[in-house]
Amino acid sequence: MARTVIPFGPQHPVLPEPIHLDLVVEDERVLEARPSIGFIHRGLEKLVEKKDYIEFTYIAERICGICSFIHGQTYCQAIEAIMNIAVPPRALYLRTVWGELSRIHSHLLWLGLMADAVGFESLFMHSWRVREQVLDIIEATTGGRVIFGSCKIGGVRRDIDAAGISDMLRKLETIEQEIRRITKVFINDSSIKSRLCGVGVLSREEAYDLGCVGPTLRGSGVAQDMRQLGYAAFADLQVEPITRTEGDSYSRCAVRCDELLQSIDLIRKAMSKIPAGEIEIKVTGNPSGEVTMRTEQPRGEVVYCVKANGTRNLQRFRVRTPTFANLPAVLKVLQGCELADVPVLVLTIDPCISCTER
Amino acid sequence: MNQEQTLEIIPLETLLDRVRGMRAKGYRLVQIGATRLPEQVEMTYSFDLKNSLANLRFHVPAAEARIPSISSIYACSFLYENELHDLFNIQVEGMSVDFKGNFYKTAVKYPFGSTKAPAAQPATAASTPLPAGTAPVAGTPT
Repeated sequence: MARTVIPFGPQHPVLPEPIHLDLVVEDERVLEARPSIGFIHRGLEKLVEKKDYIEFTYIAERICGICSFIHGQTYCQAIEAIMNIAVPPRALYLRTVWGELSRIHSHLLWLGLMADAVGFESLFMHSWRVREQVLDIIEATTGGRVIFGSCKIGGVRRDIDAAGISDMLRKLETIEQEIRRITKVFINDSSIKSRLCGVGVLSREEAYDLGCVGPTLRGSGVAQDMRQLGYAAFADLQVEPITRTEGDSYSRCAVRCDELLQSIDLIRKAMSKIPAGEIEIKVTGNPSGEVTMRTEQPRGEVVYCVKANGTRNLQRFRVRTPTFANLPAVLKVLQGCELADVPVLVLTIDPCISCTER
Repeated sequence: MNQEQTLEIIPLETLLDRVRGMRAKGYRLVQIGATRLPEQVEMTYSFDLKNSLANLRFHVPAAEARIPSISSIYACSFLYENELHDLFNIQVEGMSVDFKGNFYKTAVKYPFGSTKAPAAQPATAASTPLPAGTAPVAGTPT
């Protein structure tokens, strides 16, 4: 059988963002996948030379349109660590709440995309319908739906008053019920299982060796979650990583389903413990020093390396996004797969290419 | 917040031995990063073990920077190494998967790199086999 090269992407109905793969196939089996990225490379790391460190918060938040808030938060944490800024506790709790809301809407987005990829259109629509309700909470509390703009160096820009908190908790009751109904389908439906079970298996050792992070790693049984570092309010909330041991696409889907409920639980805990007080402190001077800051985004560990030399502009700003870390795993699971499984396998890591290219 | 991290300056010559040592201890490769200094490039290799971060750092001359690949030790490093090449014009010798400058499509060639032209590349894909069980793919430019 002659080998054929099938170009897959950068524009393809199943791809949420542009990545290109040359799939070398023999009959219906993929022998090799050759990736190519760079279609949306924006040079954001280079932009640090032109924007001062305060302004750069806006740039960091725009690295990604899904986990935007956590990008901004991680950047602020890095600068705060360099400048020894003690962020008010209330601001840390608010950051935690908005970060977890980001995780919920990101996972619901992914569930919808996966349902669409396996041809379950009604489930796709229900997933995104519930996601809209999460975005409504974000809009009500921050003023934005995608770019929140609420995180700043030294704290946050907006507070949530008591009425806002009770309104959010009431809406989360409904959202939780909806999520339980939807995830029950993802976990139990035979057509979903037939497309995900045993597809794209990564053993615990393979996932660790390939540098996987987030649900991709936890779906292979490795209990790693950067929220255990205790940033924001996570030191008070105790996060136990959700893991599965099967290591296949179904396992990664199940981890995300469980993490939805975990995030709702964390928001409730944070709202019950949130202290009163200031939400920001005034920041003066310029940063000098360097730090590597890590947080847990919906797709996994993000790494910010920030180096400052006492001027308004940072000397270096480097981001290693979770999708970048998970790309080797995609290439690994594509080897030897059925051509029909390619969409599922590309989606299984929840790829965010704009994050990856920065 | 526990963002415990260490930073150790090492000579370039000891890089491979040190990375092998990290691998033997069970460390995970977190990232490889570079910072452009006036005459040098500052390289930082970050590893994680049980949420503790260990950074190894060394400097190479910015003009015609050349470092060895660690992809025979950490298979996933090929992405970082291709990135170093495409953004910083650093020649990484022995990469298991070499995209030959086609990983990032940037408007400005080597945006963080030296303005000197890179050394000529061989026409054929120079790939060495990855360790069994961890090899993601043998790639060629697309």
